[in-house]
Amino acid sequence: MKFTKYLAMRILTWALTIWIGVTFIFFVPRMFPSDPVENMIGRIQSRSGQMDPLEMESLRSSLRVQFGLEGSLLKQYGSFLQNGLLRLDFGPSLMSFPTPVGDIIKTYLPYTLGLMLMTTLMAWLIGNFIGLQAGFRKHRTSSKLMEAIAICIYPVPYFIVALVLQIIFAFILNWFPLQSTIITMGGLGTFLRTLVRASILPAVSLLLVGSGWWIISMKSLSGTVAEEDFVLYARYRGLPERKIGQSYVLRNSIITQVTALAMSLGGVFSGSIMTEIIFGYPGVGTLIQKAILQSDYNMILGCITISIVAIATATLIVDLIYPLIDPRIRYS
Amino acid sequence: MRKFLRNANGRLKVGIVITLFFLFLGFVVYYIPHANPFGYSTYGRRLSPSWEHPFGTTSMGQDVFWLLMESIHNSLVIGFIVALIGTVGGVFIGLLAGFSGGWLDRVLMVVTDTFVVIPSLPILILMTSLMRGSSTVLLMALVLAIFAWAWPSRQIRAMALSIKERDFIHTAWFSGEGTVQVIATEILPYALTWSLSNFMNATLAAIASESSLAVLGLSPANLISLGNMIQWARERNAIFTQQWNWIGPPIIATVVLFIGLFLLITGYNDYLSMKRGR
Repeated sequence: MKFTKYLAMRILTWALTIWIGVTFIFFVPRMFPSDPVENMIGRIQSRSGQMDPLEMESLRSSLRVQFGLEGSLLKQYGSFLQNGLLRLDFGPSLMSFPTPVGDIIKTYLPYTLGLMLMTTLMAWLIGNFIGLQAGFRKHRTSSKLMEAIAICIYPVPYFIVALVLQIIFAFILNWFPLQSTIITMGGLGTFLRTLVRASILPAVSLLLVGSGWWIISMKSLSGTVAEEDFVLYARYRGLPERKIGQSYVLRNSIITQVTALAMSLGGVFSGSIMTEIIFGYPGVGTLIQKAILQSDYNMILGCITISIVAIATATLIVDLIYPLIDPRIRYS
Repeated sequence: MRKFLRNANGRLKVGIVITLFFLFLGFVVYYIPHANPFGYSTYGRRLSPSWEHPFGTTSMGQDVFWLLMESIHNSLVIGFIVALIGTVGGVFIGLLAGFSGGWLDRVLMVVTDTFVVIPSLPILILMTSLMRGSSTVLLMALVLAIFAWAWPSRQIRAMALSIKERDFIHTAWFSGEGTVQVIATEILPYALTWSLSNFMNATLAAIASESSLAVLGLSPANLISLGNMIQWARERNAIFTQQWNWIGPPIIATVVLFIGLFLLITGYNDYLSMKRGR
C-alpha cells in the first residue's frame, strides 16, 4: 500500500520534471530577441541574392509554420506539448529537409544510449569496487595511489580528457583513427568491427572520468563504515575479511551510491555529448553540434527534449530500483 | 594562522597553493603591461618558445603566454560571477523554503529538484546558440547562473530545517528577535562556512560549462577564455601541425586549475568536519 504511494509520488515528480524542463526550453528561446525565421531568411538571401518581396512573404509564413511559430503563444505551447512531447514530432529538419527531426534522432540515439549506458554502468561497478578496496584497506600504499590517480582525473572536464586521449592515442601513437567512422553498410561483421573501433577511445575517456568520482566517494564512504562498531564486532567474532567486506561494509555503503548514480546521470549525459563531439562519434552530441552549425532549431529542440525525457526516465528507473537493495526503507 | 597550518590537511595545503598561484597569474601577472594578445600578427607567426615569448606564438602571431594569462583571468572572473549569483540565490531560496514551510516550501522544492536533475548542458546549448553573435561575457555568466542556484538551495534548506528546531533559535525567538534578525545573526554564520565550499564548487562547475560551450563554438567569440583558447587552437589545426606550445599550455593550465580547486574544496570540507569533531 505504502509502496504504491511512493511509486505514485515518484512518477508525479518524473512528470513534473519533464514538464518544467520542456516548458523552460519552450519559453526561454521566445524571450530572446533573436528570431530564427529572420536568421534563416537572411541566410537564404545571402546565398541566392535578392528575392521577390511576395515570394519572401510566403517563405516567411511557411517557415513560421515549420518552426512552430504560428498562432498565439498559448496555441504554440499547446501544439508543442502535444506534437513534441507526446508524439515526438518536432517538424522537419532544416539541414536535411524534409526528413522529420524524429527520424534522424532515432538513427543517432541508439549509439549515444549504448555508449552512455555501458560506460556509466561499468564506471559505477569498477569505481565502487576499487573504492571499496581502497576504503576498506585505507592504509595500504596501493589504496592511496588509486585515490591520488582518481583525484587527478575526476575534476577535469570530460572534453579535456577526451582531447588528451585523442592526441596521445590517435595522433601520436596512431592506434586509433582521429575521427570515428561506423560503416553500417557491408554486413554485420564490418559494422561491429568499425563500431568497436570507433567506440573504444570515447568509452575509455568516459570510463576514466566516470569511475574517478565513484572511487573517491566510495573510498570515503566505506572508510567510515569500516570503522563502525558492528564491523569491529564482526572482526572480533573472527569472520573472514572477505565476508566483512561484502556483507558488512559493501551492503551499508552501496545504498548511498545508488542514489548518487541517479543524481549523476544528467552530468554523464553532458559529458558524453562533449566526448562524442571530440571524437566525431555518431551520436546525439555530434547531431547537436551539426544542428548548431547550421542553425537547425527544430533539430536542437528535438534533441534537447528527448534528452530531458531520457535523463528523467533513467533517473526514475534508478530510483525505483533503490528500495530493492535497501530493506530498511519504509515508505512513510 | 599557525594553528590553521597545524590543523590543515595535506589536500587543503596543496589546493591553497595551486589556487593562489592561479589567482596570482590571473589577477597580478595579468596586469603587467603587455600588447593586446588578441590582435593578429603582433609578433612573428609560429615562433618557438624563447625568453621573449615563454610559450612561443600562434599561427596568427599572438603571444601564447599573454593569451593564457588573459584566459585564466577571464575564466576565473566568469566562474566567480556565476558562483556568487548561484550561492547568494541558493542561500536565499533555501532559507526561504526551509523557514516558511507549507506550500511555498513544496513549490520551491519541486522546482529546485527539477533544476538539480535536468541535464543542464543541452539547455545551455539551446540558449547560447540563440544568443550567438550577440553574446557578451556578462550575459554568458547570467545564463550559466541559471543552473548554479539549485544544488546550494537544496543543501541550505536541509540545513535550515535542522537548525530551526535547536534550542538557541527558540531562545532567540522568545527573546523577541524578528525573523530577519534570527536569520541574519543566528543562521547565516552556519550557512557561511558551507557557502564558501559551495562557492568554490560552483566556480569550478561554471568554468567547466563555459569551456564545454566554447568547444561547441558557443562561447562569445571575443572572449579569451581557457575553453575558447583550446577551441581556437583546435580550429586552426594546432594538433595536426604539432604546435604543442600553443594547445598544450591551456590544456595543462585547465587540468592543474581544476585539480587545485578540487583539492581545495575537499580539503576544506575535511578541515571543517575535523574542526566540528573536536
